[in-house]
Amino acid sequence: MSNLSRRRILFGSAAVGAGALLTACTSNTPQENTQVNTNNEEANPNAAPGQKVVIGFSAPAADHGWIAAITNNAKAQAGAYSDVELRAVEAGADAATQRAALATLIAQKPTVLVMLPHDGKELNAVGLEAMRAGIPVVNLDRAFPDRAAYRLQIKGDNFGMGIAAGTYIGQQLKSKGVSNPVIGEIPGIDSLELTQERSKGFAEALATFGFKVANRRPADFTADGGQRAATDLLQALPKMDALWNHDDDQGIGVLAAVNQTNRKEFFMVGGAGSKAAIDAITADNSVLKATVTYSPSMASSAISLARLIGQNKGMSDLVELQVPKEITLASETITKENAAKYAKLGF
Amino acid sequence: MTDQTTKASLPAQSPPVEAPPAQARARGNWFKSDGAEPLRRNLGLIGVLVVLVIIGAATRPELYGDATWVKNNTFTILQQASAIGVVTVGMTFVIIGGGIDLSVGAIIAVAGVWSTTLATQSYGTAGMIFTALVVGVVVGLINGVLISYGRLVPFIATLAMMVAARGVAAQISGKQTQVSANTTINSIASTRWLGIPVLVYILALVVAAGWVLLNRTTFGRRTVAVGGNPEAARLAGINVKFHTLLLYALSGLCCGIAAIMLTSQATSAQAAMANLYELDAIAAAIIGGTLLSGGRGTIIGALFGVLVFSTITNLFAINNLSTEAQNMVKGAIIVAAVLVQQFRYKSLTQLLGRSSS
Repeated sequence: MSNLSRRRILFGSAAVGAGALLTACTSNTPQENTQVNTNNEEANPNAAPGQKVVIGFSAPAADHGWIAAITNNAKAQAGAYSDVELRAVEAGADAATQRAALATLIAQKPTVLVMLPHDGKELNAVGLEAMRAGIPVVNLDRAFPDRAAYRLQIKGDNFGMGIAAGTYIGQQLKSKGVSNPVIGEIPGIDSLELTQERSKGFAEALATFGFKVANRRPADFTADGGQRAATDLLQALPKMDALWNHDDDQGIGVLAAVNQTNRKEFFMVGGAGSKAAIDAITADNSVLKATVTYSPSMASSAISLARLIGQNKGMSDLVELQVPKEITLASETITKENAAKYAKLGF
Repeated sequence: MTDQTTKASLPAQSPPVEAPPAQARARGNWFKSDGAEPLRRNLGLIGVLVVLVIIGAATRPELYGDATWVKNNTFTILQQASAIGVVTVGMTFVIIGGGIDLSVGAIIAVAGVWSTTLATQSYGTAGMIFTALVVGVVVGLINGVLISYGRLVPFIATLAMMVAARGVAAQISGKQTQVSANTTINSIASTRWLGIPVLVYILALVVAAGWVLLNRTTFGRRTVAVGGNPEAARLAGINVKFHTLLLYALSGLCCGIAAIMLTSQATSAQAAMANLYELDAIAAAIIGGTLLSGGRGTIIGALFGVLVFSTITNLFAINNLSTEAQNMVKGAIIVAAVLVQQFRYKSLTQLLGRSSS
């Protein structure tokens, strides 16, 4: 028995030691690349500090680089204004927890409410409620079906992203003179509407060139999911001419799979526009030759516009005295030629 | 009951069953006995694998006509099965021991993320591997303590751990994808020794170790005893609580190994990694013949379970079929495997009852 307990003490202290060693290993401060509009008062009369605006902010706690960038951008942009106070609540894991978080936020009566809902349809009622309580709602990216539920909607263009990727791939293949190309596609979570819109745009753009997708393997927006999907796809298409991967975060895994299989005969287009992807395009040493944007910079713009709404101002370049109701960002194609310009927009 | 009827109840015709008739007759009784159940099931799973390969060859003859492609494809299937296979070995032990571990995916995430923080990466390859393994074991130990000494139901304890560990992973990673800059770790997935991917060696090693541990050590015998009848095991002098604790730690260790394998494959880790691995691992263990109520199961069966899933994924990919259809087929296979298990178990007990009376 004494033998056993000594063994346990040994194991116990070894475990404590390992624990102490490990806790030292969680320190983790990667450089954050936020996209902020640094204000210049001479150029933009709206930049001058005005009436104090309290902006309520809520975005899902999703563990994805893009959503993280949305929250970071909103915070950084709010910090750039002396007249803005940001009250951010994390929306938790699903629509129900976000609804609860938003209820407490609305009760605090912010001047404007900015939210990226888990699901536009499910949180439509919250938008309506806030608007009725006299709080203008800025909907970020995921639209409410009811137009009375928001004052401003600012979102990316999923369909346009597919168009941009399809057009780039089509043009490249045409200029190379490939007549019957094999094109692969790795979408994100296939059940999401945004994925379906992207794929639809991609197929339509390719159709204008007379091309079509040979094989598509959905991943799940994670790097390991991307690696698995890409491995399957590469196995199914022993020769490929072009590949569109919907998301640069999962693209880390896709590129890993490409390297592991030593395939170089095709070129790849990414999606979203992460910093790592833009760097890889600039370096031009992998199959990744372009990426089509779906930029989280929209969160920074949403905060700027929420401030203008709170202060009853319009966008200074436009004739209208108020901020427009809907803004859809264009999906831009980043290639080696213009990568330097976009480097600051990478997340 | 003849040998023929036993064969007919297998999920598919399996060529390996056709052993020389003389030998089959000599071993006939043993082959029909309860003890040979795992063997029959494994032969059935091999049959399913053969059928899947035949379907693949029939639908894409131009790919299967190329020998190099077939060899590469086999390695791809094994590689795709490697990380989940390692997790399934640990899961099989836990289930045989009468428990369940719903937190394996989350443990992989927390081990993967912890081992790829900038601070850990600065300790080099050994530091990263050490961290992943220790984090896996520690989280497994917490599960074990909650279940054996805190008297929580395994389902609840590991469900709580699944949520909490993903939370820890998201907290550490700041919800970002952490890219591994360690070339040694990253090269594990692309390196081949003697033409065979390193990941496949790791899988083989873990499966072999699991087989020896389950079948050739007192630890394995105790696991079966604890899962089959905990009270009898306690009366027989087995420290049931401590043994249960060790089983969850073992599952955690497997998750730590899988975390390194996945990190190497994706050259990165993030809090959402290894999504739903718990369900894949449980499903593979179940179709491999492990009883969900414990006390029965095999490592080799679990390996075949993983391989069947991996081959189905591959088959659907090379034919460009949707993942929706693939998931439906996977679901059907799980149900079929359990039905076969129940059917066979009942008929066998009846058979035994009749012969003894």
